[in-house]
Amino acid sequence: MSVSAKDSYQKLKTAAQEKVKSLNDRPVVWVGTATCGKAAGAVDVREFFKEEIEKRGLDVRVMEIGCMGHCYAEPLVIIAKPGHPRLCYGYLDEGLTRRLVQDFLEGDDPCYEFALVALDPNDFFPTFTDFPRGVYEKKIILEDCGFIDPESIDEYIARDGYEAVAGVLEMEPEEVLRQVKASTLRGRGGAGFPAGVKWEACRKAAEKTRYVICNADEGDPGAFMDRSILESNPHLVIEGMVICAYTVEAAQGYFYIRSEYPQAVRRVNNALEQARDKGLLGNNILGSGFNFDIEVFEGSGAFVCGEGSALVSSMEGEMGVPRHKPPRLTASGFRGKPTVLNNVKTFAYVPHILRKGVEWFKNTGTEKSPGTAVFTLVGKVTNQGLVEVPMGTTLRQLIFDVGESVPNEKEFKAVQIGGPSGGCLPESVLDTPIDFDSLYDAGAIMGSGGLVVLDEDDCMVAIARYFLEFTQQESCGRCTFCRLGTKHMLDILTAITRGEGEQGSLEILQELAEDVKNGSLCNLGGTAPNPVLTTLRYFGDEYEAHIKERRCPALMCTHLVAFYIIPQKCSKLCNACVGSCPTEAIYTRDDGLKAINQEKCVKCNSCLKACPPEYNAVVKLSPPELVEERERENNK
Amino acid sequence: MELAAGEKEEILKHVGAVLEEFKTTRESLVPMLQAVQKKVGYLPELAMEKIAEGLDIPAVDVYGLATFYNQFRLNPPGRYQVKVCMGTACYMIGGKVALESFERRLDIQEGETTPDREFSLERVACVGCCSMAPVVLINDMVEGRVTPTRVDGLLLEYKDGEEKISEENKEEARTKGADNSSSNEEGERSA
Ligand SMILES: Cc1cc2nc3c(=O)[nH]c(=O)nc-3n(C[C@H](O)[C@H](O)[C@H](O)COP(=O)(O)O)c2cc1C
Ligand code: FES
Repeated sequence: MSVSAKDSYQKLKTAAQEKVKSLNDRPVVWVGTATCGKAAGAVDVREFFKEEIEKRGLDVRVMEIGCMGHCYAEPLVIIAKPGHPRLCYGYLDEGLTRRLVQDFLEGDDPCYEFALVALDPNDFFPTFTDFPRGVYEKKIILEDCGFIDPESIDEYIARDGYEAVAGVLEMEPEEVLRQVKASTLRGRGGAGFPAGVKWEACRKAAEKTRYVICNADEGDPGAFMDRSILESNPHLVIEGMVICAYTVEAAQGYFYIRSEYPQAVRRVNNALEQARDKGLLGNNILGSGFNFDIEVFEGSGAFVCGEGSALVSSMEGEMGVPRHKPPRLTASGFRGKPTVLNNVKTFAYVPHILRKGVEWFKNTGTEKSPGTAVFTLVGKVTNQGLVEVPMGTTLRQLIFDVGESVPNEKEFKAVQIGGPSGGCLPESVLDTPIDFDSLYDAGAIMGSGGLVVLDEDDCMVAIARYFLEFTQQESCGRCTFCRLGTKHMLDILTAITRGEGEQGSLEILQELAEDVKNGSLCNLGGTAPNPVLTTLRYFGDEYEAHIKERRCPALMCTHLVAFYIIPQKCSKLCNACVGSCPTEAIYTRDDGLKAINQEKCVKCNSCLKACPPEYNAVVKLSPPELVEERERENNK
Repeated sequence: MELAAGEKEEILKHVGAVLEEFKTTRESLVPMLQAVQKKVGYLPELAMEKIAEGLDIPAVDVYGLATFYNQFRLNPPGRYQVKVCMGTACYMIGGKVALESFERRLDIQEGETTPDREFSLERVACVGCCSMAPVVLINDMVEGRVTPTRVDGLLLEYKDGEEKISEENKEEARTKGADNSSSNEEGERSA
């Protein structure tokens, strides 16, 4: 061997850096076009920029990036103009686009009044670290997301991408394994199993044909960080998989990506192609003699397929049904061969750990859960989006400092963590540090990273019912308790939300929950009762109100609320509510006041939203009988 | 379901191509079904039978798989596929109301297609833009903050308007040739 992997890599890197540098001599506009950006209209924004730039004959490149995590301010762009710090602008529309092109790109006024944040330290405008969010956030795996072009391997390489692979290829696999184990990196797919221990088990297997699979099934119905990472920085995950493959001596790897993620599938395929072109994937990687390639398998949308053994069955062309363990996948996985299955985020940490060192990694987070936690922070919180904070940050800091608390002056009620397998935690436990073990003790789980903030308008029985309905539908039906137990629980919850709950319902729920937990083969059933158990534990009074008073305290369960127009507040002259009603349930009384025909009302909230704030005449009442009472009083 | 004239030939053509393209092993079954659905829009019985023949496996195995996975649809979709997000954030903020509004206006239930095959209605899990909740996808156009009034507006827009070209497809038209792996169905998501 004449050239070392490091030398081959250095050549690639020099070339990539020159290429990137030559491109960045001129001004660049980066438009965030991950799914969140696209939904907010980023494609139009990109076109507006192109048109306006062309019209003015400017020499400016318009590029696409992934998700920066600030979804609440989409569409977002970053403008890099030599002589200025890189600046990020949010809430882009056609007008602002033209303004930026005219004043900043053609002229030289950075329009600070519209800028959200600067990305480079400077004397004029605050950077991320100047905001509360920046103080608590620490980005490792999201570091480059939204800041590099996900379709260009050169940008990734220019920022030390694949350097870890080059280093690893000159080490003994045993040494790589030692480092991953020493880092105590824990799997980010939910359970927090140590990655190094898993890799070691696979490495020790007698069978020599081995596989590496990246789990990008992301089944939690309220989460999207794995997709964002794949859409924003696919090479990071590929690099982690190559390192894993070298360690466990696998020659073939797979991405298991759900087919509902077409953009992620496309960007990963594109990245794989580029990596092959550069000799970073395929035969003889970086001239080292090591062979490894990766293919994409599109998952067909069954939650249970996120579970390891079910995932493997579905790749084999069977129904995705979990099987007994042992044997574990590391002994008998895909095609019966030893297989390492890790989550997208788990792989994404690996290159950082090998490049920057085990100690560096362990400096962040807690002793037992080192590193960071990545969440999709959504629901009733001001700054929605993707966040990454060190493990050990408290929930309170995450919601109130990073998320900048609950909007519209509403009262915080609970935070749902971990999706269908997780739980709802109340205000009183918000000082729980975020790490695998503390969250488990509080009744929730770290889970995949979905985090939904709920306020006073959200009903805890309804959310428990929502998740149970999800798991019930997704149960593969193999285990009786999971199939029938969840159905029975769902029926009880449905009855409660309709005001048909009975005395003793809660005791039965509790018992069923324990049975389903213990009687299920896989963790779909094993964790399905969690949302019910945590809401019972922390919000028992809401259940009681539903059962005993037929009242939904959050005014959310449609069977238990009625809409009412307060005659003293109604203006008579305004017709906003009438126009907004989709079922013509609102009529004008003889005296000119508006009223609601309860028979026709579908409780869609439209009138409540339509009624102008100066009147605020529409209210929700629970239990619904209150409407009659009020009417009687008014007719006295 | 009765196949329209010419539909049968169309299906056979696509299934033939898929059987050529993939290795005829059991492992190819899911990718094959995905490929057929991408081309035809759904999985006709005929296609499943032909694939079973091609792989030399019982047809029930293919049906079993097609019904197990949420992605596969056994009935033709509408020209406009309405997908209401029922992810956690959307559900809590009015996804159900949006779904019910569509059901009421289109006079079909979730999972059905209107008799004129113009609209079909289904639910999906988190689309990834929770900050715009509740979210609805019409083909692959994302509509945010969908209230019942907005539902009426959207239906009018689509009923009368000419075929809307989605962003994704516009983009493809522009970059044709650069990426030939993508098809018109690219934005396809079902749950
Ligand atoms: C019902 C069910 C669904 C799951 N869904 C996912 C998923 O969507 N993504 C994921 O990475 N892990 C999921 N898991 C966990 C996987 O079984 C497995 O533990 C994980 O992928 C291992 O990777 P890690 O060690 O890197 O976390 C799921 C588990 C169960 C029981
Ligand atoms: S829950 Fe609807 S977009 Fe996330």
